[in-house]
Amino acid sequence: MQITVNGEGRDVEAGLTVAGLLGVFGLPERKVAIERNREIVPKSTYADTALADGDKIEIVAFVGGG
Amino acid sequence: MDGFERRVEDKPFTVAGRTFTSRLIVGTGKYADFAENAACAEAAGAEVVTVAVRRVNLTDPTQPMLVDHVSPERFTFLPNTAGCYTGEDAVRTLRLAREAGGWDLVKLEVLSDPKTLYPDVFETMRALEMLVKDGFQVMVYTTSDPVTAKRMEEAGAAAIMPLGAPIGSGLGLQNPLDIRLIVEQSEVPVVVDAGVGTASDAALAMELGCDAVLMNSAIAEAREPVRMAQAMKHAVVAGREAYLAGRMPRRMYADPSSPLAGLI
Repeated sequence: MQITVNGEGRDVEAGLTVAGLLGVFGLPERKVAIERNREIVPKSTYADTALADGDKIEIVAFVGGG
Repeated sequence: MDGFERRVEDKPFTVAGRTFTSRLIVGTGKYADFAENAACAEAAGAEVVTVAVRRVNLTDPTQPMLVDHVSPERFTFLPNTAGCYTGEDAVRTLRLAREAGGWDLVKLEVLSDPKTLYPDVFETMRALEMLVKDGFQVMVYTTSDPVTAKRMEEAGAAAIMPLGAPIGSGLGLQNPLDIRLIVEQSEVPVVVDAGVGTASDAALAMELGCDAVLMNSAIAEAREPVRMAQAMKHAVVAGREAYLAGRMPRRMYADPSSPLAGLI
């Protein structure tokens, strides 16, 4: 299925969870926050939240700033 | 304006129920690398550091992240909304920050135009109301207009953060009178945010009675950032002590310190 992650289209396997998506990128859960179609995905639900075709995902982290 | 006429109480720097010993908040932007960033935060004696929220770089997700060098266990992270120009963008950013960090103390800034980076106080106020309703503890970056500052305090701001000069300008406090008026009227902490260029600017902010000072560029863009971080630490302490001590009155003419009696 096709999803958008941080503004870029990507092909991922059907049924992939949010936790699975982080696994694809090798990103640790504790360092990021995720939005799915403009809704926050709570960390406690990453393993149970299955992505759907057309989802728009944002993965963000803290960076240096003033 | 000098404050010598009245005794001031040494209140701890407490924001949203959290008390800090250090009155210097530092940013984490513009540094050459994470190591220098961490060294400066340590040298400044900071307990609170501001951070931004941005998309993770997915082309190289294994590259080091800020939290690997500046630890959220060591420092209180104060997520900001730098780069946001609407209330909605700011609220969205801080909801992500809350999920990333697990805390609700945030710095709200909603900008107007890229040339001045002056806050859009109307959008800021809208965002403040949304965030307060959503349970955030909001430290608000704003202009140094005392009326706006008062409105923001009434809307539930956890701290008022007036600018001393445009962000990143290093011009020093252009508005000591306004800052002083905000200090006198505020029940919540007042933190000068933006405009500090060197140590005397930070000392002046504290002499005016501010509860703390927030800076980034003044340290990061110094020729020796770690040394400047130390200078700022001392300046903030000196300014606070001078405020508490109460400065001498200003006089038009000289007043000798040595006795006139007994002159030979």
